[in-house]
Amino acid sequence: MLTVRVIPCLDVRDGRVVKGVRFSGLRDAGSPPERAAAYEAQGADELVLLDVSATPEGRAHQTETTRRVREQLSIPLTVGGGVRTRDDARALLEAGADKVAVNTAAVRTPDLIDRLATEFGCQCTVLALDAARTPAGNWEVVVLSGRQRTGRDAIAWAGEATRRGAGEILLTSWDRDGTRAGYDVDLIAAVAGAVCVPVIASGGAAGPEHLLAALRAGADAVLAASIFHDRDMTVGAVKDYLAERGIQVRR
Amino acid sequence: MSADEVLIVRTGTANLASVCAGLRRAGATPRLTESPNDVAVAERVVLPGVGAFGAAMARLTDKGLDRVLAERIAAGRPTLAVCLGLQLLCDESEETPGVRGLGLVAGCITRFSTAVRVPQLGWNLVAADDRAPLLHNPGYAYFANSYKLDAAPTGWTAAYADHGGRFVAALERGTVLACQFHPELSGPWGLELLRRWLDATQPRRTGGAAC
Repeated sequence: MLTVRVIPCLDVRDGRVVKGVRFSGLRDAGSPPERAAAYEAQGADELVLLDVSATPEGRAHQTETTRRVREQLSIPLTVGGGVRTRDDARALLEAGADKVAVNTAAVRTPDLIDRLATEFGCQCTVLALDAARTPAGNWEVVVLSGRQRTGRDAIAWAGEATRRGAGEILLTSWDRDGTRAGYDVDLIAAVAGAVCVPVIASGGAAGPEHLLAALRAGADAVLAASIFHDRDMTVGAVKDYLAERGIQVRR
Repeated sequence: MSADEVLIVRTGTANLASVCAGLRRAGATPRLTESPNDVAVAERVVLPGVGAFGAAMARLTDKGLDRVLAERIAAGRPTLAVCLGLQLLCDESEETPGVRGLGLVAGCITRFSTAVRVPQLGWNLVAADDRAPLLHNPGYAYFANSYKLDAAPTGWTAAYADHGGRFVAALERGTVLACQFHPELSGPWGLELLRRWLDATQPRRTGGAAC
């Protein structure tokens, strides 16, 4: 049986890991290969590297960062942020990504998902889905790092993306991201129930109880950044907590 | 050619960076090739693979690699097949009906049950007969697949895992090792397996041939 996965996320800007990306001021949190190696040693099951550079010049570091992290890492690596074309994806895979996440570009050109899945396989093609609650109580897709609401239903988009070939959904609650209020478990349950591919929960985790709640809501994996960057808890301690509560983890 | 060298078959768009990095960590010197002649004569060959069964077979056939791979595996020469690489050794796959595989492992590849998440993405417990020369110690391995082989044919020693039912996680016969999981992404356990395969397939060093 598959174990659940605990996935630290490295937000990378101009080649450095940063914290507080979406909210107050950015703080440097170290070099990507160093953080990656430390998390693998703690027992991380996988890593996600999201490039949050504001400029093309900043993003030019992305393939080099991927290459340097890959050399350190003997666990899977997903890379995302600014992937617009098949060539962007190919460059990241050749640099050492095992999976590539697409977000805004896929919302604008859904056919990008079909093209990536056909060429690289659905197990390489991750849909990063950022969702925000609507006043009506549903969720809509947001793009451009949360700056633009699209009006598109998030659950329907998850279904369409998997039919087009997305092999995994990295699901971020934009209402919760950075709030430390816990994941949006209703959103997780809705998406996990609507698709047959694995779902990674993201956005809002501040403690191991939040990770447990997301897994109980149906997530196959849990992603967190600040818990680990701030050294509140190690990945190993989080896995101990989950195992004590009957969740199967790799140790 | 260095004694540490391992030839990796370039199977199109497979992500080879992880395989190369994993082999380097295990102490080998990976080199990429798509030449049938290289594959025929190499001491050790890795057949990686991601993507679809039909597309991968078409590419091997186009390059004339299918026959040399089949010959070296049938002859029991050191070969490591990874992920789709294992499936290519079989007769055929539900993924691309009508396309013949390399036909070295009797069996048809089928899709995972609809009762579980597909693709299987994550860590699963792999266990084999404790007398299996390479796969003897159980551990967690990283899988990324939608299709699988259900049972090992006669002549192969198998390790199994479970995802909506038991499936073949790996096969070994002499120095031929085929893994449905990614040893290069399976942490220290995977690294140990790579090292065991490299040790078992180490060409005998000739006197003074320092490299």
